[in-house]
Amino acid sequence: MYTASFLQDPDFIRVLYIIAFICFIVGLRFLNHPRTARRGNAIAAVGMAFAVVATLLYDFVGDYLLIAVGIAIGTAVGVPAARSVKMTAMPQMVALFNGVGGGAVALISFVEYREALEHTGANPVLEQLIPILFAAIVGSISFWGSNIAFGKLQEIIPGRPIQLPGQQIINIVLLAVVIACAVIIAAGSESELLFLAILVGAALLGNMFVLPIGGADMPVVISLLNAFTGLSAAAAGLALDNVALIVGGMLVGASGSILTMLMAEAMNRSIPNIVAGGFGGVTITPGAAGDGEERPVRSTGAADVAIQLAYASRVVVAPGYGMAVAQAQHTVRELADELEKRGVRVDYAIHPVAGRMPGHMNVLLAEADVPYDHLKEMDEINPEFPQTDVALVIGANDVTNPAAREEEGSPIYGMPILDVDKAAQVIVLKRSMNTGFAGIDNPLFYNDNTALLFGDAKESVASVLAEVKEL
Amino acid sequence: MDLLTELTILVLAAFVGFEVISKVPNTLHTPLMSATNAIHGIVLLGGLLLIGEATGFLDELLLVIAIAFGTINIVGGFLVTDRMLEMFKKRD
Repeated sequence: MYTASFLQDPDFIRVLYIIAFICFIVGLRFLNHPRTARRGNAIAAVGMAFAVVATLLYDFVGDYLLIAVGIAIGTAVGVPAARSVKMTAMPQMVALFNGVGGGAVALISFVEYREALEHTGANPVLEQLIPILFAAIVGSISFWGSNIAFGKLQEIIPGRPIQLPGQQIINIVLLAVVIACAVIIAAGSESELLFLAILVGAALLGNMFVLPIGGADMPVVISLLNAFTGLSAAAAGLALDNVALIVGGMLVGASGSILTMLMAEAMNRSIPNIVAGGFGGVTITPGAAGDGEERPVRSTGAADVAIQLAYASRVVVAPGYGMAVAQAQHTVRELADELEKRGVRVDYAIHPVAGRMPGHMNVLLAEADVPYDHLKEMDEINPEFPQTDVALVIGANDVTNPAAREEEGSPIYGMPILDVDKAAQVIVLKRSMNTGFAGIDNPLFYNDNTALLFGDAKESVASVLAEVKEL
Repeated sequence: MDLLTELTILVLAAFVGFEVISKVPNTLHTPLMSATNAIHGIVLLGGLLLIGEATGFLDELLLVIAIAFGTINIVGGFLVTDRMLEMFKKRD
């Protein structure tokens, strides 16, 4: 080395890492409030730039051409995807980003193991080997699990739970095999083949773990996979002795774990129970819940709905996945604007697990220019339903199901719900009388104060809007 | 760095993460998730650290893929989060 400048001094690089950590933590802190969130994201991005540039300074980091190729490919894929993705496709995008992160971790741990074998002819020391094995397993599960989640959300794979006979036993056996292979390597076997077996076994496990999970449980799964990718990155950091990876990965691991717990809590279900698949592990056949008897529902028309809304003083909109599918958010906002012009107060009741990822409804409504202070969280809006004239349920089902509150035998009993049924009038916009995602009948539809407006959510809202304008 | 120092950092980072993130309101859950997606793109560093000493076509190929994946996470994640957050407005 002819000029070993201070730039390549490992201590200098560590100082740059410290700056990166400060940026990450301050950035995340700023993400706590909508007013500062955008700045928070930018600060975190600056932190990332520090971490990447600092790492490039290490004197043993080389092959800049290959690095440039990798970064160029990543940029060429990532930038257009991020620019063009529709807000309704956000859950898929988040799943995909989770997956590539997990995939990168799995690849890196595989290469690190291969290189160790090649250079020393022996396994890495245990304090590196154990994190390598952990990162390989969790990274591979996260990659494949996220891909399946993506496939389900993109509707390449059916969204309903897919279960094989003896699914849970298969999963346990797979996990046991993967762990056994890892233990054999850790005990001293130098075998690339066993390592590959671990990656493949974990890949199968990732597939098997997400396939039986239904669409309504997606928010929990996506959060869990997010936590997995973070944890695997932190493990890769232990293996590579890199403190930036440890801190960055662990921050994500913590954030993903918190979201997972919040989502599971919002469904009143334990995480193992969700992972076991189906509601309570039992597959409910649609229609079975209603004892086969047809109960009468009251259906209504756009003109009637328009009158009810226009002469109300308080309207609460409860959106669900159906609004996202129909891309009705803009029309909903136009309707709300028209009502507000007439002096009606309109708010939105957002259930934490409405949609397919944490905060899904908030993003869609923000895209439609709905101010965020109109979006009320469940605990805030529930006491207000008794004073609400009209609750307008748009494409939401299970999160408004009073059975969760009243029927002890119901599979969703105990799940906190939006108390829309306590409003004076409830209007449910629904595609058909099919049961919701969970296949559970919703007594809300048969209540005396409930009327159903059938049809595509966007078209229904548009015709109500047209009728309101006529009044 | 010895393992125990690293584990100390790991544990402290976990607690900092829990503390900082536990107060994020529902409204911001999606942006939080996509920003943290961008942050776990830090695995890119793993690829950078290994590629200089990697030998053989297969290892280099796998690392280029890993670097590309990490970059997708970082640039895609931060950009898409920014796009989302741009839309969050207060009532005038």
